[in-house]
Amino acid sequence: MEVNELSFEPNDRYNAFLTVCKKAPYGKGKLSGMAIAVKDNISTKGIETTCASKILKGYVPPYDAHVVELLRHAGAAIVGKTNMDEFGMGTTTENSAFGPTLNPCDTGRVPGGSSGGSAAAVAGNMVKMALGTDTGGSIRCPAAFCGIVGLKPTYGRVSRYGLIAYANSLEQIGPMGRTVNDVSTLMQVIAGKDRHDSTTYDRPYSHTPVADVKGLKIGIPEEYFGEGVDPKVAGVVKTAIIRLKELGATTVSCSIPSMKFALAAYYVTCTCEASSNLARFDGVRYGPAADTKKSWHEAYREVRKAGFGPEVRRRIMLGTFALSSGYYGKYYTKAQVARENVKADFARIFSEVDLIAGPTMPTIAFKLKEKSDPLSMYLSDILTVPANLAGIPAISVPCGKVNGMPVGLQIMGRPFEDERVIDAAYAYEQAVK
Amino acid sequence: MVTEKDVEHIAELADIGINSGELVTFTHQFNAILDYFDVLDQVKGDTTVTRDLTNIMREDIVEPSLPRDEVLKNAPAQEDGFIKAPRVM
Repeated sequence: MEVNELSFEPNDRYNAFLTVCKKAPYGKGKLSGMAIAVKDNISTKGIETTCASKILKGYVPPYDAHVVELLRHAGAAIVGKTNMDEFGMGTTTENSAFGPTLNPCDTGRVPGGSSGGSAAAVAGNMVKMALGTDTGGSIRCPAAFCGIVGLKPTYGRVSRYGLIAYANSLEQIGPMGRTVNDVSTLMQVIAGKDRHDSTTYDRPYSHTPVADVKGLKIGIPEEYFGEGVDPKVAGVVKTAIIRLKELGATTVSCSIPSMKFALAAYYVTCTCEASSNLARFDGVRYGPAADTKKSWHEAYREVRKAGFGPEVRRRIMLGTFALSSGYYGKYYTKAQVARENVKADFARIFSEVDLIAGPTMPTIAFKLKEKSDPLSMYLSDILTVPANLAGIPAISVPCGKVNGMPVGLQIMGRPFEDERVIDAAYAYEQAVK
Repeated sequence: MVTEKDVEHIAELADIGINSGELVTFTHQFNAILDYFDVLDQVKGDTTVTRDLTNIMREDIVEPSLPRDEVLKNAPAQEDGFIKAPRVM
């Protein structure tokens, strides 16, 4: 079926790609011949897939992720695999085992993460669109930091089959592009039910963006403009929200009291899931060889110490601890209750409003090496993790600049109302074009 | 408050491998992060959460699977068409 070949030799000054496919086959279809980059935690048959980790160096998947199969069927040319924080664990793409990606807007700054390579490939005009994954903001953060558009779809709308799992209950694959229209086009291709992912719903996406917010009620949560949010960033986002009002939307202030617990609930949940998911990397079925002469545990420890970077080891250990006897109730159970409270808060607000808007990130892109302490890095995810905990759709669309760096407007919607989120972002984008 | 001994034990449980230099750093970072997690103590209720999900069942029918050589391609140690693992006993 794939008969043509696309030549792809980008001038990658940002270390956006881990693997480049110089001759990318493509077929007929909606995306025929279009260069698409894929984050390196999504399985691509015959193309090395490392999750930016030494432990998967040399791993070539024997099958395609469902979304990659869909891309190929739509005629897309998969031109390469993009850099990321190792296994998706990070907010800057500095946790890659293969060096950081640089922000195309300012190469002294990070592109955000963990889908930083996909964002830089799009923002640096190397590809039109890319796939990212979003566990706690990993599509929206780099979209905001690099000045592009990124959508985290409703949980269950896009198949995770073939996505190398980090935190299953939170993560979704999603589209990234320079325009809302591009993001919507890619979403049309990847959304829908897949029998290999039992958490998917039969909710395909066939929408074309409509620039209309007339009559929509938008909730503005006070927590998104409070402590820890750079006032200049908050100012730019407020101006963007005024623009949405001028386009016919109404706004109402609201509150998400459970935000107080959201970040802790998120980090407990994702590290617990990671400690289980990443147990499979032991140098037996793939990865660097375990010394089969040594005992089971000794051999595994050697492989995992050498193969995993510090942040991955930290999160595996945190999760192991939070799930261990005596601590399970204090951490994991409480985190699940807090997660339900976040969901309940969103459900309550969405019974009165159609959308919720605020900043995507509390600041502009950090300078390289600025966030050296893990906790301070975690804290910067505070505005993106609530959507993952609740499973709702959320988009980041560029809405201005602070100190020359892009700022993202985040728009969240009810579950399975990705279309409405897209329309609002599109209305804003068209109005400021 | 976790001690270096605790962290060493967790590293053992997780088969992660750790050296003494890292132990100091990890313990320090763990305590900062766990202090932050303490906010969860204020969350009311501790009942197990139930979600409105149901199991999705299917017939147990054998379907085509990957050929053996495809699966073995990524395994670093093999013998007679099997994957070789460290000894268990």
